[in-house]
Amino acid sequence: MSILVGPDTKLVVTGLTGREGSFHAANNRRYGTHVVAGVTPGKGGQDVDGVPVFDTVHAAVDATGANTAMVFVPPRFAADSILEAQDAGIELVVAITEGIPAHDMLRVYTHLRRGSTRLIGPNCPGVLSPGKANVGIIPADFFSEGNVGVVSRSGTLTYQIGNELAQRRFGNSTIVGIGGDPIVGSSFIDVIPLFERDEQTELVVMCGEIGGDEEERTADYIAEHVSKPVVGYIAGFTAPPGKTMGHAGAIVSGSKGTAAAKAEALEGRGVRVGRTPTEVSELAAEILGRIPA
Amino acid sequence: MDLLEYQGKQLFARHDVPVPTGIHATSVEEATQGAADIGYPCVIKAQVQIGGRGKAGGIKVAKDATEAEEHAKAILGMDIRGLTVRELWIEEASDIAAEYYASIVFDRSARAPLVMLSTKGGMDIEEVAAQDPGAIARLHVDPLLGFQDFHGRRLAFEAGVDADVVRPVGVLLAKLYDAFVAEEAMLVEVNPLIVTSEREVRALDAKVTLDGNSLFRHADNAALRNPSAEDEQEQMAKERGLTYVKLDGDIGILGNGAGLVMSTLDVVAQAGGKPANFLDAGGGSKADAIVSAVEVILSDEKVKAVLFNIFGGITRCDEVARGLIEAFEQVKVDVPFVVRLDGTNDKEGRRLLAEAELPNVHVEQTMLGAAALVVALASDREDHERRDADRRAQNAGLEAPRR
Repeated sequence: MSILVGPDTKLVVTGLTGREGSFHAANNRRYGTHVVAGVTPGKGGQDVDGVPVFDTVHAAVDATGANTAMVFVPPRFAADSILEAQDAGIELVVAITEGIPAHDMLRVYTHLRRGSTRLIGPNCPGVLSPGKANVGIIPADFFSEGNVGVVSRSGTLTYQIGNELAQRRFGNSTIVGIGGDPIVGSSFIDVIPLFERDEQTELVVMCGEIGGDEEERTADYIAEHVSKPVVGYIAGFTAPPGKTMGHAGAIVSGSKGTAAAKAEALEGRGVRVGRTPTEVSELAAEILGRIPA
Repeated sequence: MDLLEYQGKQLFARHDVPVPTGIHATSVEEATQGAADIGYPCVIKAQVQIGGRGKAGGIKVAKDATEAEEHAKAILGMDIRGLTVRELWIEEASDIAAEYYASIVFDRSARAPLVMLSTKGGMDIEEVAAQDPGAIARLHVDPLLGFQDFHGRRLAFEAGVDADVVRPVGVLLAKLYDAFVAEEAMLVEVNPLIVTSEREVRALDAKVTLDGNSLFRHADNAALRNPSAEDEQEQMAKERGLTYVKLDGDIGILGNGAGLVMSTLDVVAQAGGKPANFLDAGGGSKADAIVSAVEVILSDEKVKAVLFNIFGGITRCDEVARGLIEAFEQVKVDVPFVVRLDGTNDKEGRRLLAEAELPNVHVEQTMLGAAALVVALASDREDHERRDADRRAQNAGLEAPRR
């Protein structure tokens, strides 16, 4: 089946008429994703390569039945765009935008949690269900359909791990980039149960990094609620305290949020942790059995 | 973005959080004039972002003009745990009856602001938390509701502040919360929060961290500077729009995407090397960004070898290769480079590099192989010519397609 995005996805893109938005929406469409609408205030009635543009998300939903939104607008407008999508009844919002102020996300997160709209991101590469749909900027050509679900705080690191898995002939059910900000709409604990219920997924790879305590909490959750095997990876063993490592959320504060503590928490709860991306794919092969060439 | 004490206090004052009167100074003359304006006794405080200023002799009380001048001379230019003091804050001396602690942190785990209050002020709060967790009253605030009066009362009563200051402490917390939200802070901390002998409540110190992503709507905060803290390479990288963090090793690192770069640092460390930096060239890096990145990495004299680890998504490997070739034309390069290109347009990128025949640039196929090679090159510079020859011979036989 795959999770979050698939053949039933009807995508509206906010920021479709922008340079990045139009480029990646076109890529998603070429991949087979149903891109049904774009939204740019003041440009309603136009179209981008045949995709109709609307002034509001509400108008786009009314006209096209869009159920998923991809947010590509600049940081200062992004929180508003997510809230608009939620208000218009969108079920899943995927926010690619990097650099949204943390206090904006605090309000957005709190508001969305009181309703039923799910948010992936921000500052994330999106969601790809190989062979079915791609919502975001993940280079889909590197991935094929298969039984490994991937959930990750980082984009390019996910490609690296996906590539290592591909070399051992493993494909993916869905790849979910949850984003590298201090506050993201969905954490590991929100995504892993979806993989647990998904028939196509037989193993989950979770790819964490320094900062926060999400990985530690996820370790407890997995031990109590997840029957499928999970393999972990944590980036940032060499990160010094107090320095933000590229992602706004990737920072070791005092003794909290270190990679070693996260790996230890996962291993302590029975999750095997690869020390390199290569080792992650070796562990997957060990658990699922090697696929002959 | 971390503020200096005086910047934090000026920010507090804008939101009516009571702070002692103070004057900023960058020279002995300014400091003595400031002390005269404030009156005596006053306190001369070094402005550097590090704990233990007092113990290091960076905070002194001056009883008169002579002492003010002496202290200002001693503290300006002083080295406090690796940071040179370039700024002073001259402040009226406070008569302290009680020392409390107050803070608001952006609690990412709870996705809500966490307000903390304790009567055990003036000491390391992490120590208090470890030894006597009951001594800290804590409360999460619903970000859509904001800080209410009862929050302040509850914290003050639960922390056990003196009965006569329950109300003013609550009011101060409410104002601190206003500052936290309005200035988009990730942390505001007051340690100590004092009660004077006249029973006035004041912030005697200020530690403020602002959200860098919000600075576009806070021009005044964006303009704040901390001349002591900015590392030369980090400054240069910032000007060029690169995400760079200086580390203390000798292997320069460039990658695309924060997670992959962190992972690259780890793999290099596992191979026995010491990374000199974190550098994320970002998504969609164009050739000129790569040239800038090479300049920043090589401006660190400790760098003995450089590793490029690229997994192209939006970033195209041919653009990275072009950037590296341009960098070799524009920058004097005398250390070996190891380049690993995978993903979008990787074959084209490797072809460009092979054609350019850059001196001492080694193309590796895998991340682990690249890490091992760059560590060997950094630890064994004299030997590199021989390795180079070996590698070329090996790589020539290793061009099998992998996907």
